[in-house]
Formats: sequence, structure tokens, C-alpha cells
Amino acid sequence: MTFVLFAEQVLNGLQFGIMLFLMAAGLTLIFGVMGLINLAHGSLYMIGAFAAAAVAGATGSFLLALIAALAAAAAAGALVEIVVIRRLYDKDHLDQVLATFALILIFSEGTRWVFGSFPLFLNIPETLSGPVTLPGGIQYPLYRITLIVAGLLVAVGLGLLISRTRIGIQIRAGENDREMIAALGIDISRLYTLVFALGAALAGLAGALVGAIQSVQVGMGEPVLILAFVVIVIGGIGSIKGALIGSLLVGLTDTLGGVFLPQLFKLVMEPSAATNLGSSLASMAIYILMGAVLIWRPTGLFGARA
Amino acid sequence: MKTTLKALSTAAVAALAMTAGAAQAEVKVGMITTLSGGGAGLGIDVRDGFMLAIKQSGRTDIEVVIEDDQRKPDVAVQLADKMVQSEKVDVMTGIIWSNLAMAVVPSVTAQGKFYLSPNAGPSALAGRGCHENYFNVAWQNDNLHEAAGAYANSAGYGKSFILAPNYPAGKDALTGYKRFFEGDLAGELYTKLGQTDYAAEIAQIRASGADSVFFFLPGGMGIAFLKQYADSGVDLPVVGPAFSFDQGILQAVGGAALGVVNTSQWNKDIDNATNAAFVDSFQAEYGRLPSLYASQGFDTANLLISAVEKADVSDADAFRAALKAAEFDSTRGDFAFGDNHHPIQNIYAREVIQEGDVFTNKILGVALENHSDAYAGDCKM
Repeated sequence: MTFVLFAEQVLNGLQFGIMLFLMAAGLTLIFGVMGLINLAHGSLYMIGAFAAAAVAGATGSFLLALIAALAAAAAAGALVEIVVIRRLYDKDHLDQVLATFALILIFSEGTRWVFGSFPLFLNIPETLSGPVTLPGGIQYPLYRITLIVAGLLVAVGLGLLISRTRIGIQIRAGENDREMIAALGIDISRLYTLVFALGAALAGLAGALVGAIQSVQVGMGEPVLILAFVVIVIGGIGSIKGALIGSLLVGLTDTLGGVFLPQLFKLVMEPSAATNLGSSLASMAIYILMGAVLIWRPTGLFGARA
Repeated sequence: MKTTLKALSTAAVAALAMTAGAAQAEVKVGMITTLSGGGAGLGIDVRDGFMLAIKQSGRTDIEVVIEDDQRKPDVAVQLADKMVQSEKVDVMTGIIWSNLAMAVVPSVTAQGKFYLSPNAGPSALAGRGCHENYFNVAWQNDNLHEAAGAYANSAGYGKSFILAPNYPAGKDALTGYKRFFEGDLAGELYTKLGQTDYAAEIAQIRASGADSVFFFLPGGMGIAFLKQYADSGVDLPVVGPAFSFDQGILQAVGGAALGVVNTSQWNKDIDNATNAAFVDSFQAEYGRLPSLYASQGFDTANLLISAVEKADVSDADAFRAALKAAEFDSTRGDFAFGDNHHPIQNIYAREVIQEGDVFTNKILGVALENHSDAYAGDCKM
């Protein structure tokens, strides 16, 4: 194991974590402010990717594609909030899970209806393609570096939004005491729609950014959604800071575990058994991490008291 | 006078036979395939290829009932029970995925129905678990991977890095490749099923000192891998089975797949009249190029039609013999079943090329000639 390979894997873990953060941030905001479990968050990710692929296909511009992804996901989020989610705030979590699960099915089949069953094409823009050589001789794809930078910028922006702006104050107040801020004359339903659209836009952005290096297809959001839930449980539900730390932890554990666990077992076992056991353990690693964090801190790393 | 009478009576008998035939010789086919969810493209291609052949035959005595298994084994089992018990189908077909086939096929064949597989070919059904009523029209799962190993030898590769998802078909894939590949392995990796980010694997490939890469990552996994691989700056040659390079997904991969060699039992440029007519009529009917899955659906239906022409489905032995004879014009050219009812066929090496705006494949040569499978010897029928 050389330093170069190790450094490359750490970058991979970071990049994966940052993309998870874009998903988890929206999810945790929505849960923190409205107390809503939104299973359809993965569908918003998919909508972002499909909107980006469609616009990139029509115009050839990746920037326009990103804008379209943000707009489409935010619009879909706002629409869903107004039409469906609004009726669910005072219902218990089981009803919310059922309703948002139905939304997954509706979005998936609706997308198939519009775009067909075959994956769409969305590629990295020409200027960001290919590898660059980092100090230390590490060859790393430029696009993935861009993803890390973009994700960190969003994290900083979101942090400033929440800590420095009027909207941020309202969001934090909403997390602490919903009835009270309504009583103070804040238009709570407008705030809810706004938070939902913001979360949706972040998911859509993640979908578009990641769609360029993966495949844009129906059902692409659900695997990411599961990881995003793990992230917010680890980070503490409702905490943006927790979502960021949790994402990076999950991203690094998943990537480094997948690479190093099999190699670790190879020291004491024959290679094929080591590969098998190592790969199986690696796929469990993040759940083991989640279990350990919950034993240590039952409300997650930065969670408020239960 | 005498001859006239004889002719008349023959005509009468024939007429009687025809009305009797029309009344009862109807063949009911149950197709369970994946039409929604992640893998729907494959099921849709199989269905469209199958229905095109039925339509072209002009036969009205074959009724096809189509249901969507949503790629879920439990749903597939339910549908199969319904088709066998309440729809009373004679022949079943359509399943794409090996795990669904394993859940459905043994019980269907045990109930005396015929099953014609247009895609899945798990090793368990080719060896000890073979059945006289089970026919695979596509391939045994290992076949295309074995051909990839054979191609790697002929291309002079000596040190391959191989990877596949960690599930039964993934393990079959790597086993199949290793069965024919004579060089050394630079590394062997099992990735998570459904994984979409391969940065960690690509970094290992870069560091491994391999001279070639073999991968089996069907569907979206392959799209993700190829795009990321092309962008990583690693420029080792890649080989793989056709599943990551079929007509349905090549457009989503784009230029990243250009020049990649992959193995397939079918391609649109196989030179025979059936295939040319199939490619043209499929395009005319559905407005897209056919994939290998579509060709498999088309061949499956034509095999069925050839058997229906020769024997009555209620006479199981005669119908089975008619299927086994496989006297139909395959899009692959020569086609024959081995003793375990799996195909003996050529497997080709193809290269991804661009024709105008469309990415497609071109045959480079035969990778394995008249290839059967490694399990045929274990099948005792």
C-alpha cells in the first residue's frame, strides 16, 4: 500500500461523503424543522439528475443543466409539500412513511413514463474531464475535485444561511419550538414550503453532479437515500453540522473499509476467503459505525436531547 | 371417380382436423418479465423481440399473457403460480434475472409445463438441476465470460485485474473468465451489488500493475464504471461481456465505451437473412436498434413457433422433441441445443463503434466456436 494509493482513497472517501452531505442536509433540515420523515427525498435526487440530463442533451451546457436540476427539484419539492406533505405534519411517522413511499413509486413510474426505461446520457463537461496531477504525484480526476470543492462551498453557504440570516433564525426557531414561532407571527406554512424546496434543491443538485459520473436511471435515488438516513442518524437528527461530520465519516468508512478490510484479512487468511470476508464486512462497516455511535451517544453526534 | 372420392374424403378429414385444431390446439404462453423498476429495459427488449416474432408469424393460435415481475422473486413466484394454476398456460418464458429464474423455473417444470429461458442461465439449471422441460435459448451464465477469457488470451493479455458484483452471477462471471484465461491475475475484486461509485476500485486497478481489466457490471453499474474509468486517466484495455455494452445502455455511456471489446452470442451485423430481416423489422416496429436481449426474445418465440408447427403442445413428448430439434432460423445463424438443453453456439468478440450519432457494436471475430458449457456433463436427463 503506497502513500499515493492511500491518499487517492482518502480523496475518494471525502468526495463520496460530500455528495452524501448534499442529500443528508436536506433530509435532516426537513426532519428537524417539520418532524417529517421524507422517503421521497431520493426521488428528488433522481428528478435533479433527469432534469440535468434532459437540459444538457438539449443545450449542451452543463451549467444550464445544473440550474435546471436545482429549479426542477425545488419546484417538485415545493409542489409535493403543498399538495401532499402539508397534510402529514400532524400525523404520526407511520403515515408519513406510507405516503412518502407512495410518492417514490409515483415519481419512479412517472419518470419512466416521460423518459422511457433506458438510462439517460449525462457527461462531465469537457473542461472538467480527465485527471490532474496533485502534489505528491497523485493522479486524480478533476471533476471529483470540483465535486469536493462545490460540496464544501454549499456546506459553508448553508452554514451561513442558518447562522446569519433571518430565514436561518426562523429555521432554527422552528426546530426548537414550532408552536411558539407560529405564535410570534411567522408564516409557518411558507417557511415549511421554503425549507422543503431548499432541501429538495440540494438533493437535485447532488443528483445532477453525481449523475454525470454515474448512470441517470429510474430508481437511482433510493440507495443514496438509505445512506443519507444513516448519515443523519449518526450526525444527530436535525443538525446540519452533524450531517456534515456524519457524511464525511460514512464516506470515509465506506471507501476505506472497502479497500483496506480485505487487505487486512489477507495478512491472516488465504486471499479468496479474505476477499469474501473483507467485502462482506466492508458493506456492513457503516452500519457497525452507526451502531457504535448510537451506543456511545443515543441521539447521534450532534443531536439535541431526545 | 375413385380418385375424386378419395380427394373429397381427404379434404373432409383435413377440414375436420382444421376445425378441431382451431378449437383446441391453441397454445397459451405465460411471459413473466421485468417491465418496471431498474432493470426494465431488458424485459421490455425481450418482450418486444418475442412479440415481433409472434406478429410476423401471423399465427392467431398462440396467445401470450404478459406480466411484470418488478425484478422481485416473490412477485415472480406469485405470478408463476397464477399463470400455471388459473391461466392454465402451456409454456412459460420471459424471466431476465437468475435469482428469479431459480425461484420460478424448478416449480414450473415440475408441474409439467415447458419453460423457455430468453435470458437467465444459472449454472444450477444447466448441470445437476437440469430438466427435460427446461430449454435455455440464450446462454449458460458463464458463456460470455468464458469467451472474454479466451479473447484476452488471443489478445496477448498476461495480467488481468478482474471485478464483478458480490452475488451469484458475479461469482459465476469471474469463475467463467478464470476458466479460460491463461495469464495471471493482478487482482480480483467483488464490489457491492448496485454500487455506483468505482473510484476506490479504479485506484486499485491503477496501482495493481495489470495489463488489462475484465469486468462484469450489468446495467447502471457498468455505465457508472465506464464513465469513471474513462475519466480516471487509467488507459488499460478493458474486456467484458455484452451486458454492459448492449444497445440500450451504450447511448448512456457515450464515448467512454468506444473501442471496448466485449463478448456476445449475437450482434446486429451477424451475416444471415434472418438477422438482417430482424434488425430491419425491429427498427421499423419500435423505432430503435435491437439489443441482444431483443434477439433472444425473438429467437425464443421462433423456437416456440417451430415446435407448435410440428407438434401439439398437449403431447408433451412430441412437443419436447420438436423443441429439442430447434428447427428454426435463428438470428445467430446455426443454432442447436446440447444434451442439457442449453445452446451450442459461437460467441463473438465485438468492438464498440460509433455510427453517426449512435453507439453500437461491430464483430471483430469468433472468440469461442461451437461453445457449450462447463456443466453439461453433470446433467443426467
